[in-house]
Amino acid sequence: MSTLVFVEPDDDLSLQALAFARTLGDVRAVSLDGAYAPAAWAAAIVSAAQGADTIVAAGSDRGNELLAHVAARLDQPFAANVTRIDGDVVTRIRWGGSLLEEARLHGSPRILTVAPHTHAAEAAGAPIELLVPDASDASPRVLERVEEQAGGVSLRDAKVVVSGGRGVGSAEGFAIIEELAGLLGAAVGCSRVVTSAGWRPHADQVGQTGTKISADLYVACGISGATQHIAGAKGAKKILAINSDREAPIFASADYGVIGDLHEIVPAISAELRKVRG
Amino acid sequence: MKRVPLTGGKMVLTADEQAIETRHLGFTISPHEECAVEEAVRLVEANGGETVVLTLGPAAAEEQLRDSMAIGADRAVLLKTDGVEWDAQATAGAIVDAIRAEEPFDLILFGNESADASNYQVGIRVAYALGLPVVTGLKKISLEGAQVRCECDAGGARDVYVVPMPAVLTVLEGLNLPRYPSVPGRLRAKSKPLAVSEPARPPSQLEKLRLVVPAGQGKQAEILGEGPSAAPRVVEVMQSLGVA
Amino acid sequence: MSDFPASARAVVIGGGIVGNSLAGHLAELGWRDLVLLDKGPFPNPGGSTGHASNFIFPVDHSKEMTQLTLDSMLQYRAAGTLHECGGIEVARTEERMEELRRRMASAKSWGIEDVRLVTPAEVKELVPFLEESVIVGGFYTKSVAVVDSLRFGTLMREQAQASGALQAFANTEVLGIDVEDGRVVRVRTDRGDVETGTAVVACGVWSPRIARMAGASIPLTPAVHQMIDVGPVPRFLSSKTAVDFPIVRDMDTNMYERQDGQGLEVGSYAHRPILHEPDEIPSIAEASLSPTELPFTQEDFELQLEHALQLVPEVLGDESVGIKYAINGLLSLTPDGLPLLGETPEVKGLWSAAAVWVKEGPGVGRAVAEWMTRGESEIDLQSSDIARFYDEQKTPANIKARASEGFNKTYGIVHPAEQWASNRGVRVAPFHEQEQKLGAVFYEAAAWERPHWYESNAKLVEEYGVQPREHEWDARWWSPIINAEHLAMRDRAAMFDLTAFSIFDVVGPGALDVVQQVSARQMNVPSGRVIYTPVLTPSGGFKSDLTIMRMDDETFRVVTGGAHGMVDKKWFADHLNDAARIDDLTSSWCTVGLWGPRARDILASITSDNVSNEGFPFSTWKNLDVEGMGVLASRISYVGDLGWELYVPMGDGARLWDAVAEAGQSHGIVPAGIGVYGTTGRLEKAYRAFGAELDADYTVVEADMAWWKVKDEDFVGKAAHVGHRAAEPVAMLCTLTIDDHVSRSGVKRYPLGREPIVTPAGKPLTDAHGRRSYVTSAGAGPSLGKHILMSYLPPEHAVEGTKLAVEYMCERYPVTVAVVGSKPPFDPDNERIRS
Repeated sequence: MSTLVFVEPDDDLSLQALAFARTLGDVRAVSLDGAYAPAAWAAAIVSAAQGADTIVAAGSDRGNELLAHVAARLDQPFAANVTRIDGDVVTRIRWGGSLLEEARLHGSPRILTVAPHTHAAEAAGAPIELLVPDASDASPRVLERVEEQAGGVSLRDAKVVVSGGRGVGSAEGFAIIEELAGLLGAAVGCSRVVTSAGWRPHADQVGQTGTKISADLYVACGISGATQHIAGAKGAKKILAINSDREAPIFASADYGVIGDLHEIVPAISAELRKVRG
Repeated sequence: MKRVPLTGGKMVLTADEQAIETRHLGFTISPHEECAVEEAVRLVEANGGETVVLTLGPAAAEEQLRDSMAIGADRAVLLKTDGVEWDAQATAGAIVDAIRAEEPFDLILFGNESADASNYQVGIRVAYALGLPVVTGLKKISLEGAQVRCECDAGGARDVYVVPMPAVLTVLEGLNLPRYPSVPGRLRAKSKPLAVSEPARPPSQLEKLRLVVPAGQGKQAEILGEGPSAAPRVVEVMQSLGVA
Repeated sequence: MSDFPASARAVVIGGGIVGNSLAGHLAELGWRDLVLLDKGPFPNPGGSTGHASNFIFPVDHSKEMTQLTLDSMLQYRAAGTLHECGGIEVARTEERMEELRRRMASAKSWGIEDVRLVTPAEVKELVPFLEESVIVGGFYTKSVAVVDSLRFGTLMREQAQASGALQAFANTEVLGIDVEDGRVVRVRTDRGDVETGTAVVACGVWSPRIARMAGASIPLTPAVHQMIDVGPVPRFLSSKTAVDFPIVRDMDTNMYERQDGQGLEVGSYAHRPILHEPDEIPSIAEASLSPTELPFTQEDFELQLEHALQLVPEVLGDESVGIKYAINGLLSLTPDGLPLLGETPEVKGLWSAAAVWVKEGPGVGRAVAEWMTRGESEIDLQSSDIARFYDEQKTPANIKARASEGFNKTYGIVHPAEQWASNRGVRVAPFHEQEQKLGAVFYEAAAWERPHWYESNAKLVEEYGVQPREHEWDARWWSPIINAEHLAMRDRAAMFDLTAFSIFDVVGPGALDVVQQVSARQMNVPSGRVIYTPVLTPSGGFKSDLTIMRMDDETFRVVTGGAHGMVDKKWFADHLNDAARIDDLTSSWCTVGLWGPRARDILASITSDNVSNEGFPFSTWKNLDVEGMGVLASRISYVGDLGWELYVPMGDGARLWDAVAEAGQSHGIVPAGIGVYGTTGRLEKAYRAFGAELDADYTVVEADMAWWKVKDEDFVGKAAHVGHRAAEPVAMLCTLTIDDHVSRSGVKRYPLGREPIVTPAGKPLTDAHGRRSYVTSAGAGPSLGKHILMSYLPPEHAVEGTKLAVEYMCERYPVTVAVVGSKPPFDPDNERIRS
């Protein structure tokens, strides 16, 4: 059995995928560099995968994209975000992790990505082979990378995220969320309802179709906890939910809860923080 | 574009474990695709042309096609299924056949991945089959003559592609803020053309066996208190976590 | 949070507008140790209150609903949760304008002053974004308001909590209601059990499910009301309040449009009825939005969008205004469209406060709390009493059929005599086939089919020269045959199907005490007597009126109207002692009425028993042998002619009918319908009807039904009644006749009831208790040749010969006070019935 694994440098998810691949047998880790060109990179992976019975990458944006190219090129099925494999039966995540699917992967080679944070990362160990894409390939490639103005704490990497949902009530209502976030050095997040209503930009959205966070503490204020939201929040180590509805689904995903009106509770927490800090 | 259920806080499956129980649920356009439709309409509003919205799904998906036409799509194509889910390869194949019958197009927009199946591949497969360039995960699209400039997030930066049209693009939510349909838009949508065909479903290569609701995280939130009087306890917890 | 209590004086289940109001009022009335529960969170537990459109139009054709709404508005206003914005019911058709004129009458009858009819131009001035060319006019009510029902409920709950009377628990699910010996003893929840003798189901669409836990029925069905919210509306961006413009009800399309901040809410009752099962409502976690905000079904709203666009094109035609929210909201519908209030007949201590809208929530809360406290409420809840239904009316089939039919009548033009079309023929008399052959036109009462008139009598119309009614509205659900049947009865004889009577025996050594306690009149009479008696509320208003036959020492047979029979039966049951029981005979006995100058001849020809005046005096009953059948004959009359009610077991019914018909043939007998029995015959005799003249608002003295002395024995309402007799009445029930029927357009018009009585100059009459004079009953008096009205009048107007007017469709018709009090206009000395 031999598995080809696409690995990105300095990428924890890739090391998770590698660890997963090692459970399947012999592993050959490959990487590419230079300007990202998904089709050309996929072609290089396909060439390198001659004889491999499995092709694996991380279930990251890039991993999923590349292996979709690989699968399209080979006209083989591709299973994205797999959590386990047993022969040709895979378990993969749907709905951002709110649902699992067991499916039979009929193709050869087996093409799959590994769902993030389902396997512990392992050091690369064996050297990673650097593939070289075809220089004459004219398929789309990244022409430039435009750095963006850093606007406060990045949601994805913030240690603390204070987030508001429908319960905040309005764009103006976010003042108390921002105040608390400011005191904690936290990023401000929100639910999809909030971005759809135009109260906050999409960049603030935590969720399946927004940002998936990895904070130490996630404070969810007035967020009911729809599956689409939990998909983005569950990467947090601890979740504190503030909600007037004790039955809100958020409490099934939270570590701590405060029951009541966020418009009273959030300012009280800010005031308490100021007090303890003198 | 894909019709997906508007799930609440809890996933409930049908008895045969093949689908989500949708008896109590509404349906919507999968979020990324909703932005794709909006973007298509905006591009046509700005540059002229025609927006055609296409889905593969059950007869009831007409609702989402009409929703799309209500916000400005000109016509719709429904590749009607019997409600059984198609895998990504089969879906892409049916879409390719339908697009070939409708050519030419300048742009074919997809959502990056559907909310429910999240296969991350249909747009890419369609591009390969049609021999078109494909760029995915886009947060910005702008036309530059016969080319299209595409931008996607790259962790605090934006990667830029410029590709010739026709091209296949897959987009992410946040690309735009989709409009709500107006009443006149709704009424116009009623009479816009909707072509229906019923492609045959090939065998699944990624064959769904069953769905499983993952075991909960087993969390029972520790209630720190009710109302503002809980604030001191909250701050204690924050301190214990080293974040306050 | 306080610990969950192990016992309570009462447990109120449901934290919506009704449960909160009710708990608050119970606390105000002195109740302590109250517990309020809801499965959802406060302040919005996810029921219908949370998505209600929260506007209130006070005018309704029903006095009871108007009173509840007016009281609710007072309460909302006092709590600072009411914002008056005005409202207009617009008409697109002349037929609707006529309905709006009828609404003017109801407003005046119920004392609502700030209403007026407005022209399209005036509507445009009030609601500038409305397209006036599609309407022909409107009905403007200045006091129409929007309320904050969640806030009001919270205030009521918190006040009760602050007073120490109430503990409230959100997120607490009721798992069971335990009943022992027919009484509530315990409410079981997921937080523990509460011992209690009183549980109130105020659970809106979930009420049937909760009541079933106790073995009781709350006959309602969840149904969909569609609603969308569009915005932002440019014109509303500068609004000073959430609702700057009057709310518009587009009556002919069953829709409404109301401003909501920067948005416009458009709601509809026009779509197909969409009913749900109470057990099928999703949990909070399973729902896309909330349990009572179900996914919008666009296809049901298409036509409504077009209609709304016609009326408010400026807003809805604006391409920049988006549909931001659209739901199929759940509300509760009942078989007759009215709320379900009071103690359930199945379980003592289990109360229902269900099928209540935001507009009447606080008033219902107060009234039910009073009822629980004092055994009656200030506002008479007789139409809403949950005990009103027979089992046949509580079936899922009936609930669904009537709720479906009733839904599209929400804004409908409903004739006062309009009949239900669905689920008919549920209960029929044993001679139903004979009636069908006679061309009976059936009306329904309490699921019974009753002939209202017989087409086979059409030839009598010419014979008696009965004139048709000229106006379609007056003639709708009416026939000149009714008057002809009446005249034939007065002339010869008529036979009636009275099978819908509710009949039950009070039996046992304690039976006399029970009937004495319930009845205002003396019941300790010899066996063989039939007594007609008022039944009073504790404060001396009318709870009912009915007849009781003393069968023997320990058996009293109660006969009462079908429509009110179940409520009466519950009232008797509530006053039972250990030595008495109730046996219901309603389904096993049928009744044929026989009245007219030839009645004795007819009866004598089929029985050898003595039916002479001496042998069978008025106000007595006897068992007769009629062709081998045992017939219970009761000599009383509700139509003012000599005759009997003839009772037999259902199995003998058809034979009895045939025997009477055959014997009557040579005497010219006719079958006659309830049109005669309930209206023309009764009105000529000034007989009062419960629910029309008689309700809890008026006393025995005002109705002029006080008998010569008050019995020594105690009875419900006695003290109050004695007080009423000692005081001068502030209103007297009078019989009036119309002097001139011709309208301004030259058409003869005939009021149908509930219209205001005014001075000739048009000034409404108000008595010292603030009650308006209105027509309690209206109908033909064929033998008098007059159209008869009954109305309570203040003493200064209650003078025979006084000239007044009745206001009908916004025109005044002169009337004369013909009789003050209960003296019959026809045969005032009652010679006929006593002959």
